Amino acid sequence: MTQMQEPSPTSFLRSWAIQQRVIGALLMREVITRYGRHNIGFLWLFVEPMVFTIGVTLIWTATRAVHGSDLPISAFALTGYSSVLVWRNMPSRLVGSIEPNLSLMYHRNVKIIDIFAARLLLEAVGVGISFFILTLFFAAVGWLQLPEDPLKVVMGWVMLVWFGSSLGMFLGALSNRSELIDKFWHPAAYLLFPLSGAAFLVESLPAEFREWILYLPMVHGVECVRDGFFGSHFTPYYDLAYMALCNLGLSLFALAEIRRASRNLVPA
Amino acid sequence: MIQLQNIGKAYETRRGPRWVFRNVDLTIGRGEKIGILGRNGAGKSTLIRMISGIEMLNEGRIVTDMSISWPLAFSGAFQQSLTGADNVRFICRVYGKNVDDVIALVDDFAELGAYMNEPIKSYSAGMRARLGFGVSLAVDFDCFLIDEIVAVGDARFQQKCHDELFVKRRDRSMIIVSHNDGYIREHCDRAGVLAQQTLTNFADMDEAYAFYKAHERE
Repeated sequence: MTQMQEPSPTSFLRSWAIQQRVIGALLMREVITRYGRHNIGFLWLFVEPMVFTIGVTLIWTATRAVHGSDLPISAFALTGYSSVLVWRNMPSRLVGSIEPNLSLMYHRNVKIIDIFAARLLLEAVGVGISFFILTLFFAAVGWLQLPEDPLKVVMGWVMLVWFGSSLGMFLGALSNRSELIDKFWHPAAYLLFPLSGAAFLVESLPAEFREWILYLPMVHGVECVRDGFFGSHFTPYYDLAYMALCNLGLSLFALAEIRRASRNLVPA
Repeated sequence: MIQLQNIGKAYETRRGPRWVFRNVDLTIGRGEKIGILGRNGAGKSTLIRMISGIEMLNEGRIVTDMSISWPLAFSGAFQQSLTGADNVRFICRVYGKNVDDVIALVDDFAELGAYMNEPIKSYSAGMRARLGFGVSLAVDFDCFLIDEIVAVGDARFQQKCHDELFVKRRDRSMIIVSHNDGYIREHCDRAGVLAQQTLTNFADMDEAYAFYKAHERE
């Protein structure tokens, strides 16, 4: 029997090797359980968000969601809805994800954070690929111009992924303590959607409302992504330092809550 | 070597934390076979779960340089909607084993035939146990944790399990948990008894058995 080479015990490299192996195994398991081997299989991973985004883009274009400006409506819809998918789907995938995976804890090296990491990775890759392909596709058919500043797009996107991941891990671990989280998250996500900056530009809001809306971290991310796409068409409002601070705080709470959940875990 | 240093485990109940056991010390050398006796509810399975790293300790620590199995023949970690082969693949990836080798070994041991590629939920209890046992053996550990060898499968399967564990792998360490002292006597070098919320170690089997009998009716 062959066994993978592992450096000396408890070294960082060895831990890293195990971590990668475990997350890789969980990824494959997740893909097969979720998508199976029927029809297009794991391609659903990004086809599903693509279908959603195309649908929303068509509706917003048809209803002229942005009035009387020279804003590229397709780019507006694509950036907006893709951002929503990031911060909304990540927590949705993690809330209540500990209970059904409890039996995996029988494998010493599988921890809650690995289960979370695998699901987050899958979500990030799915929505990321969907966003990327649609950008190219919309550009190819002439619905939008390629981003003016791709770096800003990537930066905003990374911040959104960080926000979605930390919020997801926090709520995911918390949901193991109280089922109220599950009940509360879905309406909260629904209500946050119109406030998240996906369907409006901060500059179009009244000045006093603008201040309040900018307390929501994801608004900064969407504005940054849009600045990268069509920044010359509007005045973006965002502060990535503020968003980073929120993300950092959320990440710390998330890790503490995961620690707490691991301590009290009782696999059947 | 595996060293349990002053470990304790408590569960939260409505009336505050309840200690299952405390101040448990135990050292298992390479190749040693140790029995843990205890009546129902004494904390035998909990102890096994601590050693296999399924649950966290509340006190003390466990130090080891050996690989330790999950409780043997346990099949709860299988994903019901996936096939036997998919489940085996997952475990191979987690433990860094070569998939083809392990599948061949498991196939040979569990004799599932075409069912290897059917979802686990279509398996009988016996098939599930055979698969679970086969995977535990194929991954191969320095120390096997055996929680109440359950009477699954027919005599032939029982014999096969015995050969694989106690003949082919007699150089491995084993921790066997049971309320049946006959089984422990047959397979272990020494024993400990879980009673009065702690573990008492004995070098001599008869002493352990006498202590167990004395505390059996508490």
